[in-house]
Amino acid sequence: MTRTKATLLAGAASLLATAASAQGISNDTVKIGMILDMSGAYSALDGEGSIAAVRMAIEEMGGEIDGKPIELLTADHQNKADIGSNLARQWADQENVDMILGGANSGVGIALQDITSEKGIAYINNGAATAALTNENCAPETGLHWTYDTDALANGTAVAMVKEGKKSWYFITADYTFGQKLQENASEAVKANGGEVLGSVAAPFPTQDFSSFILQAQASGAQVIGLANAGTDTQNSVKQAQEFGVVQGGQSLASLLLFLTDVDAIGLDVAQGLTLTTGFYWDQDEEARAWSSKFEERFGAKPTMVQAGMYSSALNYLKAVQEAGTDDAKTVVAQLKEMPIEDAFARNGRVREDGLMVHDMFLAEVKTPDESEGRWDYYNIIRTIPGDEAFRSIEDGTCEAVKG
Amino acid sequence: MMDLLGIPLPVLMGQLLIGLINGAFYAVLSLGLALIFGLLNIVNFAHGALYMVGAFVAFLLLDVLGIGYWWALLLSPVIVGLFGMVIERFLLRPIADLDHLYGLLLTFGLALLLEGLFRQVYGVAGETYAIPDSLQGGYNLGFMFLPTYRAWVLAASIVVCAATWYLIEMTRLGATMRAAVENADLVRAFGVNVPLLVTVTYGFGVALAAFAGVLAAPIYSVNPLMGSNIIIVVFAIVVIGGLGSIKGAIISGFLLGLFEGLTRVFYPEASNIIIFVVMAIVLIVRPAGLFGKAA
Repeated sequence: MTRTKATLLAGAASLLATAASAQGISNDTVKIGMILDMSGAYSALDGEGSIAAVRMAIEEMGGEIDGKPIELLTADHQNKADIGSNLARQWADQENVDMILGGANSGVGIALQDITSEKGIAYINNGAATAALTNENCAPETGLHWTYDTDALANGTAVAMVKEGKKSWYFITADYTFGQKLQENASEAVKANGGEVLGSVAAPFPTQDFSSFILQAQASGAQVIGLANAGTDTQNSVKQAQEFGVVQGGQSLASLLLFLTDVDAIGLDVAQGLTLTTGFYWDQDEEARAWSSKFEERFGAKPTMVQAGMYSSALNYLKAVQEAGTDDAKTVVAQLKEMPIEDAFARNGRVREDGLMVHDMFLAEVKTPDESEGRWDYYNIIRTIPGDEAFRSIEDGTCEAVKG
Repeated sequence: MMDLLGIPLPVLMGQLLIGLINGAFYAVLSLGLALIFGLLNIVNFAHGALYMVGAFVAFLLLDVLGIGYWWALLLSPVIVGLFGMVIERFLLRPIADLDHLYGLLLTFGLALLLEGLFRQVYGVAGETYAIPDSLQGGYNLGFMFLPTYRAWVLAASIVVCAATWYLIEMTRLGATMRAAVENADLVRAFGVNVPLLVTVTYGFGVALAAFAGVLAAPIYSVNPLMGSNIIIVVFAIVVIGGLGSIKGAIISGFLLGLFEGLTRVFYPEASNIIIFVVMAIVLIVRPAGLFGKAA
């Protein structure tokens, strides 16, 4: 056989394969790729725990869909958008990944949104907070935002505190897209409820020492110091705010994004009384408790909302693949939008047209050391915030693709 | 209220004090580095990791043995210092005659190893270490609330830096150490055990890092990454002060803390890079550093 013939044959074969993939499972595997923070400021709330959670979802599906194995790839984005982008490109081009699960870090999250929509692969983000993912940077045909977003955090914590009469705010903000978006959303929520924003200071990400930012916030005389940061930044700023007598000085602290692992690291002595908004708490109900104890057996800690969200999004994605009989991104995403999302993680969930998974959020308060019955028993849930109240409506959003 | 460049004076004073306190950490850490470099010619990339280990030893002393802060402040540097001596004796000495690059690579690898080890066991979320009861609370200075603990950090660092400087520059032991750098053979001829001197010096430099680690433990979360967060900055400070200059390391540590504090008021976004900007400028204007002797 000549070389030309061989090339032709190979070409024909690959053409056939492509044609087949439009219907069934491409390359005879469902490949999920996870790009997350495995080593940095967010790795405790995301990282290995997220991988364990997704493995649980895959096992729940029996490790295969219609006889086609489910494969999992994982990688560390090191909180750098370029590293995340390169991974996604490589996986799309060479590994034939069908879906990418994005972890914490909004900068990386937005970069992944662009690449996955360009490459036509499904993308579900759980860790990034920025509401831009379903607003200015939305990609409703391929990209979903699952666990929580900056709007929901602002509508939970900021609104609750303003309603308590804490009307003047000063923000200490992580200086990148996440912190800026969170501050923007929280400022809107504060002002919409009759409060005012006195100022803000942008702290580089990540920062160890927040003392000078705290001093500036104290000098502002605001009633509330809003922390628009996450992970180790939150831990350090909350601890140091206590050290510098913020609460004794008559000001309140609002940690706009607080994860279970943060409370664990800060300790209840310092964290007690903080108001927070969360998409999931392991002790929220029987189903969550049952799944969380399975997770704990496996991973050695209770899941954060990001880790539980990873499980939920992977599980529902796989169910949608099964239901649709294909791993074609747009078909599966359309399928997800048809399904009610109800599992160990989500209450009253549904995937909205713009890609946002709207579900109930919880307004919670950190327990006092006396109230807590042990490690991980950290929150009192004050109120369930129905999904439509927690998240911004499509009409108020800026996702042009679905606003028509 | 008096304003200075648009910032109320009390706020500015608060920021300067905070800068000085952060400078205290830089000073103790860069002092150890400068000591090791100046006397041993080793670029000790493991310094940040050993600072982290110092904090963890304090945490473990409390968590496992119930030994409190004050003893940890003494014990942790001793334990980590001994560990440092083992490193020097069995890892660094065999490559002492090779190019400096080997020592740098070895200590860098060591840093990764230590960090990875602690990350494996403790994760990155970090552990909490409470401020000792006797140092709780704070003083209202009028222009700011100064936590007692931060005041203690400042005082302890100044004392340790001054004592180290005195030891190296003013005592007979210090003179012997410096002489051993200049001409090891001659000093050996006077009956001084030079290899032992080198081992002890390295141990002492490392103990300083551990001391800073214990000081830092109650303020920052004790986590495996705390060393790599600070070490690059500290290297920059040593370069600014003049490689190997004890006095330079101490003074530029405090100075740059102040400088960073001011940046946090006037242009906070740049506060993480200001030290490197200063380093670049110093290298252009005075390549040997502020206090270094031109080679």
